[in-house]
Amino acid sequence: MIYEEVTSGSRTRRTLTGTARMLLALKLDGPLLIGLSLVALYGLIVLYSASGQSLSMVGRAAIRLVMGGVAMLVLAQVNPNFLRRTSPWLYALGCVLLLIVDLTGYIGKGAQRWLDLGIVRFQPSELMKLAVPMMCAWYLHERPLPPSPLSLAVLTTLIFVPVAMVVAQPDLGTGMLIAIGGMLVIVLAGLQVRIIMALLGLAAIGAWIGWHFLHEYQRKRVLMFLDPQSDPLGAGYHTIQSQIAIGSGGPFGKGWMNGSQAQLEFLPERSTDFIFAVAGEEFGMLGLVILLLLYLFVVGRALYLAMQTQDTFARLLAGSLALTFFVYVFINAGMVSGLLPVVGVPLPLVSYGGTSMVTLLAGFGILMSLYSHRKLIGS
Amino acid sequence: MVRGVRIKDHWSEQRIFDQRVLIAGVFIVALTLVLIGRLFLLQVIRHDYYSELSQGNRVRIEPIPAARGLILDRNGEVLAANQPAYQLELVPEEVPDLDATLSGLVNLGLLDPDDLDNLRRTIKSRRAFDSVPIRLRLSEEDVAKFAVRRFEFPGVDIKTRQTRWYPNKEIAVHALGYVAAISEQDLDRIDRAAYAGTTLIGKLGVESAYEKELHGTNGFREVLVNAKGRSVQRQGAFVPKLRVQAPVPGTDLLTTLDMPTQRVAEEALGDRRGAVVAIDPNTGDIIALVSRPGFDPNLFGRGLTRAEFKALNEDVDLPLINRALRGTYPPGSTVKPVMALAGLAYNEVDPHAHRFCAGIFRLPGSSRPFREGRGGRHGPTDLWNAIARSCDVYFYDLANRLGVDRIAEFLAPFGFGSVTGIDIGGEKPGILPSREWKRKSFKRPEDQVWFPGETVSFGIGQGYMLVTPLQLAHYTAILASRGKSYKPRLVNGFRDPTTGQIRHIPPVQSAYLKNIPEEHWQIVTEGMMGTLKGRGTAAATAGRNMTYTIAGKTGTAQVFTVDANERYDEKTISERLRDHSWFIAFAPAEAPRIAVATIVENGGFGSTGAAPIVRKVLDAYLLDAEGKLKAPLPAQDTSRGPQSRGARPATPPRTVIPGGGSAPPPDLELEEGE
Repeated sequence: MIYEEVTSGSRTRRTLTGTARMLLALKLDGPLLIGLSLVALYGLIVLYSASGQSLSMVGRAAIRLVMGGVAMLVLAQVNPNFLRRTSPWLYALGCVLLLIVDLTGYIGKGAQRWLDLGIVRFQPSELMKLAVPMMCAWYLHERPLPPSPLSLAVLTTLIFVPVAMVVAQPDLGTGMLIAIGGMLVIVLAGLQVRIIMALLGLAAIGAWIGWHFLHEYQRKRVLMFLDPQSDPLGAGYHTIQSQIAIGSGGPFGKGWMNGSQAQLEFLPERSTDFIFAVAGEEFGMLGLVILLLLYLFVVGRALYLAMQTQDTFARLLAGSLALTFFVYVFINAGMVSGLLPVVGVPLPLVSYGGTSMVTLLAGFGILMSLYSHRKLIGS
Repeated sequence: MVRGVRIKDHWSEQRIFDQRVLIAGVFIVALTLVLIGRLFLLQVIRHDYYSELSQGNRVRIEPIPAARGLILDRNGEVLAANQPAYQLELVPEEVPDLDATLSGLVNLGLLDPDDLDNLRRTIKSRRAFDSVPIRLRLSEEDVAKFAVRRFEFPGVDIKTRQTRWYPNKEIAVHALGYVAAISEQDLDRIDRAAYAGTTLIGKLGVESAYEKELHGTNGFREVLVNAKGRSVQRQGAFVPKLRVQAPVPGTDLLTTLDMPTQRVAEEALGDRRGAVVAIDPNTGDIIALVSRPGFDPNLFGRGLTRAEFKALNEDVDLPLINRALRGTYPPGSTVKPVMALAGLAYNEVDPHAHRFCAGIFRLPGSSRPFREGRGGRHGPTDLWNAIARSCDVYFYDLANRLGVDRIAEFLAPFGFGSVTGIDIGGEKPGILPSREWKRKSFKRPEDQVWFPGETVSFGIGQGYMLVTPLQLAHYTAILASRGKSYKPRLVNGFRDPTTGQIRHIPPVQSAYLKNIPEEHWQIVTEGMMGTLKGRGTAAATAGRNMTYTIAGKTGTAQVFTVDANERYDEKTISERLRDHSWFIAFAPAEAPRIAVATIVENGGFGSTGAAPIVRKVLDAYLLDAEGKLKAPLPAQDTSRGPQSRGARPATPPRTVIPGGGSAPPPDLELEEGE
């Protein structure tokens, strides 16, 4: 696909194919693009069934995919140096927007995640999913690694401030994901293992304290995770129904559009957060393993690209984006199959709705830019 | 590591990064394997179990509603019980076409077409898998009608559920409140999961205030249902483990109401509009709480049609309004005892000096006359006579000398102008006028000034002052207990429905006016006793054949302002414009066990309208079948049983002189007067 043999006269030359040349010109990475497309296609197929054969919902999801694709394409063209220089500004902008959202939410006395810009509604916490790892990578890129204790303190603050504002919205799930994105940068920067262990210990203590600040419904979700059977009518309902859906799917599934749990509406939020269970019911273990392998391929390729980049900023940012993607997948699949508490994290590129699809693809656009703009030495 | 000399080592960083990515890769693979392992457990090992749950026979979780707690009166009589009844329920997710189903049920005569909009909204607001009651209390005929056509209505079924039954119908309805179907607004303030399976929720009074205790905790049971959602018995080898969790029934409430007294009070008011509140001055326990007209609370449990509700809601006599807590009226002469106390406290009155009542009072330098309410004149009048014979002129003069500021300050601790804090809530605070109140309440600057003439009317409880019957009963109880103010309450204990164990709540003393000396209370009490003796205002109506002592006070609240130079003639004024009739009393006067306030709307003079009702209530509570005074119950009578847990004595002995002996904790003390 990449190379073709061209025979002219007596010499046979290997040259890039037309497709490869085009991808190169567009600064895109072919294998990653294929992986993402396959996952997205899989998602649309499941969504058609999960939405109760609603073509309009599939259409809307496809439009979002195209929007995400455009964002990816545009970001892939941006020079990484420019991205690096704008990181602090983007981060500051995000913080200001979050503050505005929190304040309007406080005045309006309710959950507030959106910023209404008239034509479009915009979720600043989504921006932070990219801005926080960018900021962390920017901060570390000219400092010696592994990071010094002082850098570590600065980075912790940089992560903690926006996360606290997102959790206050209240949106625990997104806040957690942003924190993970930032922390992965630090880990990839070579943070010593003993410090990681110590921080994990601190996090456990922090979680214990944070428990007292959680909203009632958030606490309930955590408690339900520990024993979902204790409240089958309330918070445990989701987990029980999704496990029935997955389990009844068996090794090979009940067939597309034949999942009784999903089609008879036993399964709540079946086209959004719990779509993994629909796939499990209709395509069985085989279908889920294929989906997981597709995800693994995407993550693997993304990590490979990250290793190929040449400067600290690019490496850390690309690595963090790739790993965060896997974290999404694991948390969603884990919560739907009953391994983790229900935290409201969508299945990347498959779950319907939200701006998260656009953000994810934008992230991959950045990743491709970081990779494709590297200076080719001696080629 | 040496500080300051660290420089970037790109090769080492690349190495560290690659190493980390490698470790991350291992983690990723490991976590993916954990996921796949989980899927293997669910989809291969437990596949049979889950597919049984999902295919063909599916398990549905059915809530088992908890039995609502009973409500009892102080003698153990049941005031609110549970009764099984049939009701029609609908599970939204099992109904293929909601509109067709509903209109089908209307055609069968099971639903009222007027209610459809409300019903649709209620159904939408519930979760798709919840069973929503759409018609309560079906008759046998309705049940039969539906049974034969059941196959036409998938997702709709008849359920046997407990409904609420009030055996005394409209007696005490305003105290007890009622239950009705859970509305959209209710859903916002309750935990939906906890109310899955519950049909009725408390709406007013005790039923609403103690909803949490009465409701209990619903249980659930897993049932096998076939594809049409009907419950089936499992046949074959595979029997999934079905779990059952029994509900925890709601707590029984012990109310302070005494039903024999309550009934007498209801009957005595009869068809007239008004309210009666009787309080035990030693505890704040409410013995009777009447507001008439009332309504039958059973109607709401059955489910009112829109037309029925409209009729009730738009009745000119306002049967849905709890007059005892929400009706505000001028107190009229019933404020005179506390005015007298104020006069004594501020040393503005010598109780034994006579003042001449010529039937008319004028402010110095003003020609505007303030007339004696009933016309006539009392001649030379001392404080005793001024209370017993309700002399307006005496109190016009007293109020003028006290001034509005001192009156307002003195009256506030008696509970005027603020809510009493009754446990069922929903009461109005009324108005205790003052200069400051007037400044805040009026818009135009010229209206914001307090006029001396307004102080004069204030002295006999006319003008701006407004009270609720509950406030007046509360105030009477403070007069009776000589300064001790207890929070009025309708519930003083909980009974565990399974063990029968009773938990009492000690009375709550909200204030103690200990700075008023004993002799002041005595003077006022004797004046009030005079009301029912000799030439007292209520001697002829409520004071006849007394076998025990009563201290009382009549009051007449103006509905219609009579011009200063005219006379009020009861006969020529249409019924709705006639004065409201008040009577307050406590008895036995020397050791009070009950304090009562009664209003009869448009009942005319207090002596003729309200006083006879109060006498009947006092007799009912205090006398036994032979007409003899019942032996007083022990000091902590109404608290029923020993109170081991209360740290402070709930009821100080009655003989304790205020200020001495068992003083309440300091935070409850109120400084009065100078």
